[in-house]
Formats: sequence, structure tokens, C-alpha cells
Amino acid sequence: MAMDWMVDYQPKSGISKWIDQRLPLPRLVYNTLGGYPTPKNLNYFWNFGSLAGMFLVIQIVTGIVLAMHYSANTLVAFNSVEHIMRDVNYGWLIRYLHMNGASFFFVVVYIHIFRGLYYGSYKEPREMLWILGVVIMLLMMATAFMGYVLKWGQMSFWGAKVITGLFSAIPLIGTSIQTLLVGGPVPDNYTLNRFFSLHYLLPFVIVGVVILHIWALHIPGSNNPLGIDVKGPQDTVSFHPYYTIKDLFGVCVALFIFCIFVFFTPDLLGDPDNSIMANPMATPAHIKPEWYFWPFYGILRAFTFDFFGIPAKLWGVLAMFSSILLLFVLPWLDNSPVRSANFRPIYRQMFIVFVIDILVLGWCGGSPAAEPYVIISRFATAYYFIHFLVLVPIVARLETPVSLPKSIGTPVLNYGNLQPAE
Amino acid sequence: MAEPLHPELENPRRRDFIHVATGAFVATGAAMVVYPFIQQMNPSADVLAMATVEVDLSKLQPGQGMKVKWQGKPVLIRYRTPAEISDAIKADTADLRDPEKDAARVKAEHPNFLIAVGVCTHLGCVPLGAASGETRGEYGGFYCPCHGSVYDTSGRIRKGPAPKNLEVPKYAFKSPTVVEIG
Repeated sequence: MAMDWMVDYQPKSGISKWIDQRLPLPRLVYNTLGGYPTPKNLNYFWNFGSLAGMFLVIQIVTGIVLAMHYSANTLVAFNSVEHIMRDVNYGWLIRYLHMNGASFFFVVVYIHIFRGLYYGSYKEPREMLWILGVVIMLLMMATAFMGYVLKWGQMSFWGAKVITGLFSAIPLIGTSIQTLLVGGPVPDNYTLNRFFSLHYLLPFVIVGVVILHIWALHIPGSNNPLGIDVKGPQDTVSFHPYYTIKDLFGVCVALFIFCIFVFFTPDLLGDPDNSIMANPMATPAHIKPEWYFWPFYGILRAFTFDFFGIPAKLWGVLAMFSSILLLFVLPWLDNSPVRSANFRPIYRQMFIVFVIDILVLGWCGGSPAAEPYVIISRFATAYYFIHFLVLVPIVARLETPVSLPKSIGTPVLNYGNLQPAE
Repeated sequence: MAEPLHPELENPRRRDFIHVATGAFVATGAAMVVYPFIQQMNPSADVLAMATVEVDLSKLQPGQGMKVKWQGKPVLIRYRTPAEISDAIKADTADLRDPEKDAARVKAEHPNFLIAVGVCTHLGCVPLGAASGETRGEYGGFYCPCHGSVYDTSGRIRKGPAPKNLEVPKYAFKSPTVVEIG
């Protein structure tokens, strides 16, 4: 409870006072879901945090069930997945929920991140909230990658080989690190076993960081589409029932779209090559990761020549990792005191170009490693870094923002010449 | 229909209907989600496909026995001698703990074959007496080494802590020497 406009939990009955003094769990739930005062102008982009939480739960529940039927041994792993699809009661449903759940988890998290980028949610006083969010994204990527290997199809195997191969680009110690991660010269049973163990562990680590993320959210409170601070109780509504019901509506819409994928086109987001059992002697013609890694894969493959004395392989790996790590320092790259892009005419246009740039990178990353995709991804990669390292800091200094409303309530109450009741 | 003048005075209110309808919809949806997650714990299709097993009895000589695996459990098969069959029929009138006639425990056309699940009805050990050299207990049937339950040549409990006779599985003779259990 950091802000003075926040309402503290007040236990009413004797028993709730008794519990609150010993284990303040009701206080925690109340402060999270109940009386948490929320800006009253949140738009639908603020639904994606709770949606991400929902997909995390879906992934954990379906994942625990799948682990009851899966065998992490290279001799039987592929067949045990087929066993889940054909023999286990509703195994096809649970696996398709898990497969598509991963994609939907990334969809809602990416929208959640772009929401933060547009409305300046990463800025003071929410830097820690943002950093924890980037940590969650990195954990999600590691978890998704290792989960994809578990099927032990062709893409699983070659994905494991290529991604762990990234570490071999590190000078001097790279090959040793790769061997350490894989557990041998090439991905094999030892790799599969450790990936299964970590794939089961990391989601619970994500849950832990999500709890920190929500904690860090509740210190400054939610940002809002105007990006201005809450001035007092007149600018907020209680999270329950107003945003619980709005979040539930979002849940209904998201599950509706999710079910269209799960029941009508469950393999659309998958790669048919992964329905072939892993074969260490033959690489598939066109290796590509799952769609949610395409923009980063596009950056990786944009570097095809050595320069500044650094080999192309290392450039690609450095660029790919730093494209994500840059997000950690974004709160300090963007000095503009105005949060919402609605009041930053130049940043707003830059943001749109940036989203297009990422889509282009994704398109290149999902295409074969040939022209024109390589040259396009080279320009798109350059723009990605120019955006964060050049344009964002410069625009933050030079841009003249549009004048901000006085409070969250003002633009609403002034609409149609209505004056606030004094 | 005209709008009621005082909707808040209606009984039941429209809002009550919406609440009940929403609750019913959510409950139905939740049940439909929970069902597959519970069903996945039940035996899968490949386990059910192993529900029956065919056994060739042609190698068995009178007095011999064998064990086969059926649904993960041992099944005891005994080719009973005429003396063992008459012992079993004689015991029909005895004071049995779990009264059952021998005729009810074998097929009328094949009374020489006793087929019983080899799981002691006491605490689930496998009784001895099917393989050669194993002790058969004082009634010439089966003897459970764990807690000393004694079964006769019809697989009925005669002595010891077990409460019930050895279970007779569903089975049918495909030919005079081939039986399908399950």
C-alpha cells in the first residue's frame, strides 16, 4: 500500500481480525482482487494480464496431466506422445489444449507487452514491475523451447541442436557451455531427461515471479490509458466487481477464440515436420522455430558476414539476446515524463512503425534462409536497434507532448460540456 | 409486452433469471471441462485392448498347473485329475466359509480345468500351487505363503484368514485346448 489513495484492508468480524493478525491471507486476497483501487478508465488492453494468468494456469493443469502419460526417454518419447493422442481418454484434447495454450500464452503476453510499450507502463514508478515482466518472458521462452523438444520429433531434435548451438558462438568457452547444457556431443536421452525436469520446474518458477510481478504492480497501482497518476478515490473504482467482471468477459472471448483453434484447426500453429520422429542423421529442409520465436530468429539470421573483427555467428547470437535484454534498460532509455503515447505524437508513429518492424522480422524469421528474406531482416534488425537505442532516447528529449488532462476524471466529465460537480 | 412500471418489484426479478441462467451455464461448462480431465485417469485404449488373453492348454498334463498374466494379474490354471474333481465335488456339502458349488466354478463341458485369479482374497498375495514343485496346501489346491490361507482344488477358501474364494474370471473355450480369459 504505497499510494495514499489506496484503501487498506479492514477486517470486520472478530474471527477475521484474529486470522489477520496471524496469517494475513484474506488481506492479501482483498488487496489483490477485492478492494484494490483501479483507475476507472482502463480499456480492453488491460485485460491481457489476467488472460496471461489464465493461460499459465491452463498450461500447468494440462501439463501435469500430460506428464502422467508421457515418457522422457528417446526410445519411447515420440510414441508416448502418439499414445496420448490415440489411446489416452481425451488425451488428444488435453495435448491440443497444451500445444495451442503455449501459442495463446505468447499471444496474450506479447499484446500485454505492446500495451506496456504504448502506454508507457515501464516508466517510473513501474520499472521493477516491467523488469519482472521481462524476466517472466525469458522464463516463458526457455520453458516453451524445452517443452517443444519433449515430443522428440524432427523439429524438436533440430531445434534443440540449433538453439543450444547458439551458445557455441561465445568465444573460448562456447563449446564447453553447449556441451554442459546438452550433456553430450549431440542432444540425446540425457538432454531429453533434463529438459523434461526443467520443463516441469520452470512454470512454477514463473508462478513465483508472477506473484512478485503482481506485488510490484500493487505498490504503485495500475497504469492507465491516459498515463497520468491517480489523484484520489474519484479516479478509481474497486477492482471487484468492476474489473473482475470485465476480466471475466475477456476470459470468455479469449476461450472462445482458443476453442476455435483447439477444436477446428489444432495443428495450424504446429510444424508438420515434427510429426516425424527425431533423426539425428537427417536435417529437415527448412528448420524454423514455433511462430512466437520468429522475430528473434529473424534477428539471429540477419547476420551473415563478419565485421568489426567479430564473426557473423557471434553477431547473430549477441543481437538476438540483446534484442530482449534491451527491454531491461528501456525505462532508462526513454526519459520522456509522459507515459501514454496518446499524448506523444512522434513516439506514437514510431510505435506503429516498430510494431510493423517486428511483424516483418517475424515474417522473415519464419521464411527460408534465402533472399530476399535475409536482406529484409537485415534492415528490420537494424531498425529494431535504432528504435530503442537512437530514436527512443532522442524523441524523448525533443518531442513536444500534447497537453495532458488534469485528472483521469476530467476528460470524461468534460465530454459534452458537462462540468464536474463541485 | 409493455415494460413493467416497477421492475424492481417483480418477483422473480429479471436479474434473478439472469443470475440463475449464468450460474447454470458456468456449472455446465465447468462440468464439461472437468470430465475429460477425470476420464484421462481411467484405463487408456491400449490398456483396454489387452483386456483379454488367449491361453493354449494343449501342453498341460492332468495334475499340472500354470500361471498366465491377465490384465496385469496372475491367473492360476489347473488341469485337475479325476480324484481332485471328486474331492472338490465332495466338499460341496462341507461347512464352507464362502459356500459355492464346484459346478458353479468350472465350465460344465470342461470340469477338468479350474481357472481362478491368483490373488489371495486376504491381502492380495499370489497363492502357491499352480507351478510344478509348489506346495498346494492340505486340501491339494492352493496355499498362500503370506498369511497361510488354504484353498481347495476348486479354489475355495478352506482355512486361514482369507474371507472369500479365489475369484473365477470370465472365460470361454475357443476350442477344446484354447481358452480366452476376459
